[in-house]
Parts: sequence; C-alpha cells; structure tokens
Amino acid sequence: MNLLTDPLQQVLALACAWLVIGALGLARNGSVEWATRVLYPAGAVVGLGLAAVALRAIFQPANSLVLPLGLPDLPFHARLDALSAFFLLLLGSVSAGVSVYACGYFRQQQGTAPGLICLYFHAFLASMALVMVADDAYFFMVAWESMALSSFFLVTSDHDKAEIRRAGYLYLLIAHVGAIAILLCFGALQAGAGDYTFEHIRALQPSASWATAAFLLALFGFGAKSGIVPLHVWLPEAHPAAPSPVSALLSAVMLKTAVYGLIRVTLDLIGSPLWWWGVVALALGLVSALGGIVFAAIQTDMKRLLAYSSIENIGLIFAGFGLTLIFHGFGMGALAALALTATLYHCLNHAFYKSLLFLCTGSVLHATRERSLGRLGGLIRRMPWVAWCALIGTIAIAGLPPSNGFASEWLLLQAFLFTPSLPHGYLNMLVPVAAAAVALTAALSGYVMVKFFGVVFLGQHREARLAEAQEAGLWERTGLLWLAAACILLGLFPAMVIGLLDPITRALTGHGIGNLAQGWLFLAPINAERASYSPLLVFLVTALLVAAAWLAIRLFHRGGTRRAAAWDCGFPDQDARMQDSAEGFGQPVRHVFEPFFRLEQHAPAPDDLRPRFSESATDRLWHWLYLPIARGVERLTALVTLLQRGRISVYLAYSFATLLALLLFAR
Amino acid sequence: MISLAGLAAQFTELVLAVLLAPLLTGWVNQCRAWLQSRSAPPLLQPYRVLGKLFRKEVVLAHNASPLFRFAPYLIFGCLCAAAAIVPTLGTDLPLNAAADAIALVGLLALARLFIALAGMDVGTAFGSLGARREMLVGFLAEPALLMVLFTASLISNSTSLTTIAETLAHKEFVIHPSLAFAGVAFTMVSLAENARIPVDNPATHLELTMIHEAMVLEYSGRHLAMIELAASLKLFVYSCIGLVLFFPFGIAGGGDWRGIVLALPALLAKLAVGGALLALIEMVSAKMRIFRAPEFLGTAFLLAVLAMLVHVLLER
Repeated sequence: MNLLTDPLQQVLALACAWLVIGALGLARNGSVEWATRVLYPAGAVVGLGLAAVALRAIFQPANSLVLPLGLPDLPFHARLDALSAFFLLLLGSVSAGVSVYACGYFRQQQGTAPGLICLYFHAFLASMALVMVADDAYFFMVAWESMALSSFFLVTSDHDKAEIRRAGYLYLLIAHVGAIAILLCFGALQAGAGDYTFEHIRALQPSASWATAAFLLALFGFGAKSGIVPLHVWLPEAHPAAPSPVSALLSAVMLKTAVYGLIRVTLDLIGSPLWWWGVVALALGLVSALGGIVFAAIQTDMKRLLAYSSIENIGLIFAGFGLTLIFHGFGMGALAALALTATLYHCLNHAFYKSLLFLCTGSVLHATRERSLGRLGGLIRRMPWVAWCALIGTIAIAGLPPSNGFASEWLLLQAFLFTPSLPHGYLNMLVPVAAAAVALTAALSGYVMVKFFGVVFLGQHREARLAEAQEAGLWERTGLLWLAAACILLGLFPAMVIGLLDPITRALTGHGIGNLAQGWLFLAPINAERASYSPLLVFLVTALLVAAAWLAIRLFHRGGTRRAAAWDCGFPDQDARMQDSAEGFGQPVRHVFEPFFRLEQHAPAPDDLRPRFSESATDRLWHWLYLPIARGVERLTALVTLLQRGRISVYLAYSFATLLALLLFAR
Repeated sequence: MISLAGLAAQFTELVLAVLLAPLLTGWVNQCRAWLQSRSAPPLLQPYRVLGKLFRKEVVLAHNASPLFRFAPYLIFGCLCAAAAIVPTLGTDLPLNAAADAIALVGLLALARLFIALAGMDVGTAFGSLGARREMLVGFLAEPALLMVLFTASLISNSTSLTTIAETLAHKEFVIHPSLAFAGVAFTMVSLAENARIPVDNPATHLELTMIHEAMVLEYSGRHLAMIELAASLKLFVYSCIGLVLFFPFGIAGGGDWRGIVLALPALLAKLAVGGALLALIEMVSAKMRIFRAPEFLGTAFLLAVLAMLVHVLLER
C-alpha cells in the first residue's frame, strides 16, 4: 500500500486517527476505564507517530495536496514544509507525554462525561495538527475555529462552577475577536482576486500599505490567541480553569499555533517584512514578558501563576520574532536566522517545560484537592517523583544552565548583542534597553519559580491533611518523566536542535546557522571566536566538581549526622504558619513594581478589636481598557433596545415603515 | 584546540581559587578589624573555621529533604565551575569555549536558586524570609551584572571571558567612558551579591535584617562548611570578574608559562588592594533598610544599562 508513503498523507491520516479515537469515546460515554485505558494510550501512540513523521519531514522538500473535502469549487489545500513539520513535531512529542499522563489523570467527576472529554481532547489535537498543514485561508479558518471550539468545551468541562463558565465565555469572546482579525488579514492579503490559497497569496507582491494592514491584523489576531498584552486577560482565567492535561496543551501547544500563524503570515505569505513591524512586535513582546512575570510573582493560585508565566514566555518569543523582523527588514539574513532560531527554540522549550509544570500541578491537585499555594507545602516528602520532575521544570523555566530554557535565552541574548550593527541610529539605542528588559525578565522568572517550587514542595505542610497526600500513579509519572527528559536533552544538545531548525531558517530568511564547524558539542552561532557554549561540558564539569566534593567529604569526614528539631534561632514553638506565605513571597515584587498593579487596601481602624487587613492587586488594563469597552457595548445595545416596545402595533408599524422604505429605494 | 598546557593552567586556576578564596575573606575581615580599630583575627582564621566545621557532626532538622543535603555540594560545584571560567592567571583556558559570560551569570544564578530553595526546605520563619530577600536581591543584581558583562562584550565583540580579558588587557590605552559606568554598577552589584554592607551584613546574626545568614541558619557541620567555602569562592569569583573587566593587566596570554608564574604575584597584589578597598567601603557606609535595597540595586541596574547606551552612542 503506497498510499501513505507521502509524509503529508501520513500527517493527515494521523490527524484523522485522532478524530476517530475521539469519536470512539462516545461509544462508551460514561466509562472512565474505556477512555483512560484504551483511548488515551492510543492517542499517545498517534502523537509519537506524528512526531516521528514530522521529524523526517523537516528535512524533506515541501509537498502539497488538494483534498477532496470542503465546499464545491473550494477544496481544502494542504501543505507540509519545514516550518509546519517543526510545529507538528512539537505538537506530537508534547501531546504524547500529555496523553500518557491523561491516562492516569482523568477520573470519575462532576461536569462533562469522560467520553465527551475524550472527544474534545482528541478533536483539539487533530484541529491543531490541521492548522499547521492548512494551505488555504478557508481550511485554515475551519481548523482554527475547530481548535477554538474544542478547547472552549475543554476549558468549561467543569461547567457547574460559575467562574469557570465566566472564564470560558471570556476565552471564546477574545478568540473570536482574534479570528475576525485573522480573517480580515487573509482578505487584505488576497488582493481582490478571490483566490484564497496560500500559493496564490505567496506569489503576490502586496503594496507596503496592504502588507502593513495585513501584518497588523495578523499581529492582533494571533496576538489575541497567544495572550500578548493587552489581549492577555483571558489566558490567566481560561488556562487554570481547564483540567491539568488540557491546561498543559493550551499553554504548551495552542499558544504556539498562534506563533506558527504569525510566522507563516509574516515571513512566508507576505514575504518581505518592513523593519518597523519588528519594533512593534519587539515592544509588545517585552511589555508582555515583563508584565506577565510581574503578575506571576504575586499570584496565589499555582495554575494562575503558571498561566501568567506563559504570557511572559510568549512575550519573549514575540520579542525574538520582532528581532527577526528587524534584522530581516535590514537585509541581515544571517542575524535574522539567529533570532528566528532562538524564537523557535524557545517555542519548543516552553512547550516542554510548561506542560511538565502544569502536569505537576495536576498531580498536586489530585493528591491534595488544593490549588491555592497558601494551603500547600512540604510535598517533596510525600510526592518525591512529582517534586523532582517539577524541579527540572523549575530550573528550565528559570532559564538556568544546563537546562533547555537557558540555551534558548542564551541564543536570544546573543542575537541582541548583534544589534549595534544595525544601520539605524535610534534602534541602536533602543536595543540595550530591550536586552536589559529580557535580562530582568529572566531574573524575575527565577524569583517566581523559587516561589512556586518552594511554597508547593518545600517547607512544612501548611495543612495537616497534606501529610496523607499520595504520590502520582505510574501513568502520570511516565508522562512527567517523558517531558522532563525532553527538557534535559533539549538543554544538553542544543547544536542538534539548531540543526533541526536549519531548514526552516533557510526557507524563511535564506540563511541558516545549523552547519556548525564546532560539531555537536558546541553551540557557536555566527562564529566560535565570538561566543560558544557547551551545556554538556558545563554539566559534566559541574557534576564532576560536585562528585569530587562529595567524595572528599565521604573519604575524610569523620563526623556523623544527627536528626533534631529545626533550630530557627532557638525559637521553640514553630508552626507551619510562620513560613512565608505565597502573598508574603510576592510582596517584594508588589512593592518594587507597584505602578503595574491596581492596589486596593483595607486597613483596620485604630480602635478595631478584631483587626483585619486585606490587599488585592488587579490588572490595571482590566479597568482601563476592558471595562470601558464593555460599558460602551452595553450602551450601544441599550440603544437597540429602544426599538423593543413589546406592543404588536409598534412592530407592525416598523414592518410598514420598512416596506415603504424598500419600495422607495427598490422601485 | 585543547592543549595539555591549557588543561594544566585550567586545573591550577581551579585549585588556586579554592585554596585562595578563604584567604581573601580572611584578609577582608582583617582589614575591616584594623579600620574599626579592633584587634584583627588572624589571616588564616577562615581556614580554621572551615576545619572546625568539617570535623563537627551534622545536625539535620527532622523534616529536611534530600534537596537540603544535596544543595551545599551543588552550590559549591556551581561556584567552582564559575571560578574555573573566570581567567585569573592566564587566558588559555579550555573551559572558556564551553561557557561564556552569560553562562557564568547562569551558573551563579543556579547556585542562588539552590541556596534559596535550601533555605525554604526546613520551613522555618527565618529560612523562607532569607530566601525571599536573597531572590529580591538576585532579580535586580543578576540583570545588572549581565549588562555590565554585555558592555565589556560589546567593546571586545565577544562574550567569551578570555577574549574580553585579552582585548581589554592588550589594547592600546583607550578611555572607555562606558566602563566607568559599568565599574560603579559592578561595585554595587558585588556588594549586594556577596552579602556585604550596605545591603547585608556578613557579621550579623539573629537580626531581622539578615539575608544570607538567615537562609543558611539550619545548616551545620560539613554542610555549613561547604556553604561557607562557596560564599568565600563567590567573593573571590566576583573580585576576579572585576579584575578581568577593569584591571586586566598582568594576565598571561595563551600557553605562556613564565607569564602565568609572573601573573600570580600580580593577582595577589590586586586582590590585596581590592580586599582593602572592600573593607573601606564597608567601613564608611551604613547598613540600609531592606526596602532600600531595591532602590540601590535599581540604581546599579540603570547605571549598567547606561553603560551599554554610552558605549553604543559614543564609542563606535
């Protein structure tokens, strides 16, 4: 059977397999065993298959296909090139881990039936895969909207709770506002010919004003989907509301489909970006990165904290993309390739470590039924597997060597260090400030992750019942280990990842930085004189030094080890409430970045016998942007209700007036 | 490529760093005592303290996790690796191809992450308080240090520390105004990072103002010795970064054995002067309230960014 030798056909077949697996969930809708023992493992196998196919397809020439599907005269076009293949690889490999985890995660619970969740879950995966192979605007939008809808139903799977319904509504609203912008963007690109295939759009040379309009619409639409400031408000509501495996997919993969769309439209369909687009993307990205991480620092819900950290990471990705556009706009292809490599590498890294951490919170949630950081603590002693996996994710997300997060931040900073060669005076000045913002963001993410890991896993149990918390099951652990291993491997062998990205940067910028003279051990973009980094060597040397210190102690040390009560400066009556709370840990950041927040404080009166102090920090944008818009919409709709009188004679008069007007005009 | 002489130089530098680091701490303490007209502790006092701690038994809190026991070794390993990257005697260091200035900042940040996590592990009031303050200092000091290193990288067109050292040492005498800004920023960052007055006080204990000491309160015996040695190494590493960036004279070029032998007294002299200056700075300044620390470090950060701007505007 040579029907499926073509990688594109294989990808489409695997997407269909996901749909079939999802539909099979309905066969035994109420059965958790059917979904978690049969369907999710099958979905994981499909994910692995997709990753394998995509890995091969990156190095193969692009091929396209017209599908016998769609409307009459408007068939679906599909195409698989290196960029699509890379994002499919991301989708397949991350979803494999998440699906394996889901086998152990989903249990009988309130809300949507397990079979239905299974359907939405796999439809979500399939539609993301289809977004990445779509080759005309129609197919793209169909896949895009299926993705939005299936994820909406997943977000609201616990729909008995009012705040979850509210989160789902906000998500759907902003997703659709964004989708309209994307639709208009394709409209602006096709230049009135009525041909919406990407092949046609690619061949066109749009004028600068149309191209700019298309870019800004794409930035708005895809920015809304990826949670870029100021369109980010839905993200910290929707991501935590979903079940943890879904949160992982939303943060890790769905945000990347928006990045994929933006890269596809800007660098592939428009093809010749102007440099100042990059400045816009860079500025938006940096504001998102800094804003996201500052808000993450003050969160008290562990999943919200991670959701805000996703905004930060997407901000860094947008900043890298903006830098790509700036270099590309000035015709500096090799540097554009460097910045694009850093961007895509960061996409891959964020997908792995964010899904890892979201899944860890899922295990904590199952073991403790608690999401609030203020009621957790000390779980490293009850759940060592989850804790050590979370530690790997923590190091990676904080961007520390030798993890994968550091490798991509290293590349991004290297790209920034080349900006003084830009032939533009003001940009040269702007860029040190941008590099400083990236460095500050990276350092702040260390702060946030110490808070996350320290408050959840270290210290004493803040609630007595945490002492009965159970370690995650075998399925969950397998999923976590898969993702953690990927974080480590992606960090230790960055030169190989760059080799993977080489065909993409060659196709989009005309240059590649993957053919390294230094071999697989060293990461040395541009040239080794300038900068090189070898995480494997750093790791080995550090490990060797640690081992040497440990061995020296073992050999020469004579003193023993004794367990006793904690010292704490000799204070005898310690309890768990004396540790830093999540609010307390966020306090310095709230103090330093006060202008970011809208603070509401309630201090007790001096004569108050039962004094209570409360403080809440909320997003200023919510009050400055969203509430005014909502009020405006309400006012407009109130005008419409003036028509509504509730009396039949008035409505008959309306009909009569309409008829008269039509007769007058149509004649 | 990697030469035998390079490996030997690398090993020598590493061993020298571990051996010399407590001496530098002892020297600073001695200078401080003289300036405060106290009778000074002996120069070798830090070695005696380390020796005493190594001989003692470890008292672990009941709920200390494996992370708590593992962290001191890891912190020590990270700082050793950092010490190995920074050129002190010669610039022919094979490890420099593996880790550049950004990786150096990363290694220091990794050590900080682990010491903060270890501080939170037992779950005492002081531990988590110290961890939070350490991270507060860290999130402002780390980008400032990175910006200082970037300024030097932009001058020498490389983030490799050996190339930076060679460029700055062997250039004809050109005045870099950016390095002046960077120097001030770097001094402020080093004071904060090494738990020195005005941000922290290495001599204080049992006070609400402590940062570093609060985190390591639960450590004892060999673990505390590792932490103390790591703290000394950190001071040594920061001093050497400062010397490489601002006083790189006397560092030997590649494979030059005689130069390395001559570089040792130069290094010792520079460290002696630097240590005395550190003691002087600590003498004449007062400890700040913890809430003033962000302003102090914010200033350092802005100065470092200004240094980059000055370089981009004036020096190209």
